[in-house]
Amino acid sequence: MDIAEELLKGNRLALSRAITAIENEYDEATEIMKKLYPRTGHAFVLGVTGPPGAGKSTLTDKLAREYRNQGKTVGIIAVDPTSPFTGGAILGDRIRMNGLTLDEGVFIRSMGTRGSLGGLSHKTADAVKAMDAFGKDVIFVETVGVGQSEVDIVKAADTTMVVLIPGMGDDIQAIKAGILEIGDVFCVNKADHDGADKLVREINMMLDLDVHEPAPMNDAQKALADQFHHMAVGPQAEMAMPGYWRPPIDKVIANQNVGVKELIASIEKHHAYISANGELQARRTKRTKDEMLDILSSNIGKYITGKIVDTGRLDAYVEKIKAHETDPYTVVGDIMQEMLR
Amino acid sequence: MSTEHEKIQAELAKYQASVEKAVARFPERPHLPEQRLYTPLDVKDTDYADEISFPGVYPYTRGVQPTMYRGRFWTMRMYAGFSTAEESNKRYRMLIENGATGLSCAFDLPTQIGYDSDDPISEGEVGKVGVAIDSLADMEVLFDKIDLGKVSTSMTINAPASVLLAMYIAVAEKQGVPADQLRGTIQNDILKEYAARGTYIFPPRPSMRLITNIFEYCSKNVPKWNTISISGYHIREAGSTAAQEIAFTIADGIAYCEAAIKAGLHIDDFAGRLSFFWNAHNNVLEEVAKFRASRRIWAKVMKERFHAEKDKSMKLRFHTQTAGSMLTAQQPNNNIVRVALQTAAAVMGGTQSLHTNSRDEALALPTQESVTIALRTQQIVAYESGLADVIDPLAGSYYVEAMTNKLEAEAWDYIKKIDDMGGAVAAIEKGYIQKEIQDSAYKWQMDVESGARVIVGVNKFQMENEEPPKDLLKVDEAVGKRQVAKLHEMKAKRDNAAVEAALKDLKAACEDENENLMPHILAAVKTYATLGEICNVMRSVFGEYEAHVNL
Amino acid sequence: MEKKIRVLVAKPGLDGHDRGAKVVARALRDAGFEVIYTGLRQTPEQIAEAALQEDVNVVAMSILSGAHGHLFPKVVKLVREKGMDDVLIIGGGVIPETDIPALKEAGIAEVFTPGTPTTDVVKFIKEHVKL
Repeated sequence: MDIAEELLKGNRLALSRAITAIENEYDEATEIMKKLYPRTGHAFVLGVTGPPGAGKSTLTDKLAREYRNQGKTVGIIAVDPTSPFTGGAILGDRIRMNGLTLDEGVFIRSMGTRGSLGGLSHKTADAVKAMDAFGKDVIFVETVGVGQSEVDIVKAADTTMVVLIPGMGDDIQAIKAGILEIGDVFCVNKADHDGADKLVREINMMLDLDVHEPAPMNDAQKALADQFHHMAVGPQAEMAMPGYWRPPIDKVIANQNVGVKELIASIEKHHAYISANGELQARRTKRTKDEMLDILSSNIGKYITGKIVDTGRLDAYVEKIKAHETDPYTVVGDIMQEMLR
Repeated sequence: MSTEHEKIQAELAKYQASVEKAVARFPERPHLPEQRLYTPLDVKDTDYADEISFPGVYPYTRGVQPTMYRGRFWTMRMYAGFSTAEESNKRYRMLIENGATGLSCAFDLPTQIGYDSDDPISEGEVGKVGVAIDSLADMEVLFDKIDLGKVSTSMTINAPASVLLAMYIAVAEKQGVPADQLRGTIQNDILKEYAARGTYIFPPRPSMRLITNIFEYCSKNVPKWNTISISGYHIREAGSTAAQEIAFTIADGIAYCEAAIKAGLHIDDFAGRLSFFWNAHNNVLEEVAKFRASRRIWAKVMKERFHAEKDKSMKLRFHTQTAGSMLTAQQPNNNIVRVALQTAAAVMGGTQSLHTNSRDEALALPTQESVTIALRTQQIVAYESGLADVIDPLAGSYYVEAMTNKLEAEAWDYIKKIDDMGGAVAAIEKGYIQKEIQDSAYKWQMDVESGARVIVGVNKFQMENEEPPKDLLKVDEAVGKRQVAKLHEMKAKRDNAAVEAALKDLKAACEDENENLMPHILAAVKTYATLGEICNVMRSVFGEYEAHVNL
Repeated sequence: MEKKIRVLVAKPGLDGHDRGAKVVARALRDAGFEVIYTGLRQTPEQIAEAALQEDVNVVAMSILSGAHGHLFPKVVKLVREKGMDDVLIIGGGVIPETDIPALKEAGIAEVFTPGTPTTDVVKFIKEHVKL
């Protein structure tokens, strides 16, 4: 079958095969991506990150159900770690979402990190695009959740949600340095457990330390700030302070479906906020730029490596360097001269 | 150290030195337990009066009754049930005629998870691993011509235990047997379902409520009933070690006691009706030590932690089943020998009742012939082996006493760790207990595959071209259809308005946390409301448990 | 990027004995496979759809309740109906020898009974999987 064409027609198996082609870097992957690319850009991409055991998958399951109730279609990409020793992985997030499997408006795909260290796999972004082109309205990207290195999610997602739970003790201090600063929305899950309010206070404190003075606003920004000020209610009113986004903190009990609607409201508010003030476009522009540079450097790298390694020239260079006849800097300079003329 | 111990120490050193020389030339088998032999030195810190004591005396290390099997043997209770209520009823009556002294009902999986036989999810499972019970009508057939005033019945039922117990009470009532005369056990142990066995329905909180409701109801109305059988059996079957089996089970027991106390019950009002259920595994001496250690730990838990005052509250009474997971599909007749050894362990460990598995367990449900051999195994151990003639015959063995101490210490370490996590419920919700069990299971499998652990007929002494065993029990595939037809017939005949009213009343009761659900469930089963209907009402209020998997 | 063997490990039916399924899942991971574990009480429909979404090469199921004769063939049928013709479907559990021919006839590539070393399962998959 023509995978891209079938995918665009709504064939789920084609979507599945496309992601495999992307993940395994099959030759046809580039052609598929070329055909899909014009149809991307419509989905809202929500990053879900937080430490292991925070309930990310359960929360994703509940949020997805809520989006389905609103009539939106959902894609979910759940990333789990690949063992660096065996290359194997147990991808177990799906087990929390078994209830969604038979909903045709939901597509769940598990991915192993396969050597990537930033909490996602190298191919997650392209898998998101495949789901986007397929027509998913909302795409969840659930990270590995190992702690401090969860930074890739910011590049891949429009809105990033950080999920934390009470009772992690000093862990919160360690996490602070890493994932706390990437959250657009915070979620304190298992809020019926002891220490939930304390955790909320702690996050609040850390966020407040992090607040920088708002830059002076022009008229358009002022109008926008007013608009969001009206939307904000209750204890979260301060988050609509003019000029910057104060991440809200929502308490939920995911496995009892408590607080999920409110959490979606916060997520949607952030989505609306960045859409209106141009930040969404800015994030996506940055993403496009990064992606292009990635593809470019990866292709150039592969091209040059092919020319140097496969022809045996690398070994020859190494011998010369060992003999102090030349040095790595000169060699690379020469290669660049030759290849990229 | 006393002079006598010093003397032994010196002799031991000499012995070890000479052995080391011999071992250098003739190495010992690899993978043996750490100590070569045990001496009085290994038990020198064990105070006889405090730690070992006498049968029927705290801490009950030597047994819970003063005379043990010198009075009467353990209850030979064979777990059985399959297909329809009619078929199972026949098997029960056969067992009673053959000298079985208690019944043990196996229910099929839809029944265990609270689904009716006509639920789409029940497809293919009806009547497979036990009998299908949809309503009181099936229960009436199941115990037809069996006097519930005389027999003691154990029911392996957990998440919907309240409903099956209510049906049993209702059947007895029809036979004219009052509830306070009923003897038996419901397993009713939901925590090990989350951790190891998998037939859960509701989340922990409402499940614990159902359990304490049963404790309370039975303490007033069915006083001779064992309201829970806190089970290590399935934890061991899932792959745990002996120490983990004790520790996780006792941690579960602690959680039930705490829940009941929190619900306003007094420890001595229900603790005497708690019973345990252990596995009898392959390592005979370790198992005997396990049974002894578990009695001692529970006695201490009850006295020191819960300040129980009645002796009965401190006695760990237990049922045992031989380890199904240790039976092999290869050379199945070897399983008869395994079961005999496991039986010996259970008897020397002082069990109150015993189910022996049949040789074809790893292949299918047992045939009548295999069941008979399994029952005969118990009878041979009881009447011929001499193992039942002296109380706690292995007490004083340096090895068994040292092993008892060691298992006790390991179990306390785990219990402490679980306490620190906030108790068994929290430890299960975190996936801690599941992970510990899985790790042990994986290690066992890898040891078998590497040959470090030998299983006869599986990784050593295999037979080429082994004939596949014949005459396995086949459950008639039409059973499901017949059961569904019966169910629909029953539904057409019953008073549906009464059913609806009873279910509505039950729902209201579920929503009120202070209400004991047992009377409402009993009222519902009497209208012939089905198990599925009743459980669905509870599902609608309580929600369903979502498993924690952490591989 | 090398092609990875992806395996869906599932327990169809209602039995809760997942010791074997979990041990196999870990062994497959240690053999370098990507294992999607879906846990207990999966309907054939759920298993087939998960196999599609995950684009697995292998579906591995375990049943100890005796419902294999009903559930295994149903999974095969549903997986094939979804157009996944080359997915390898294997089963294990308490399954009498006499039931195996019918299961193979129905499209179960191999049946692993109690006592099978996990290395046999790994070997079988490596030899029979179509990447």
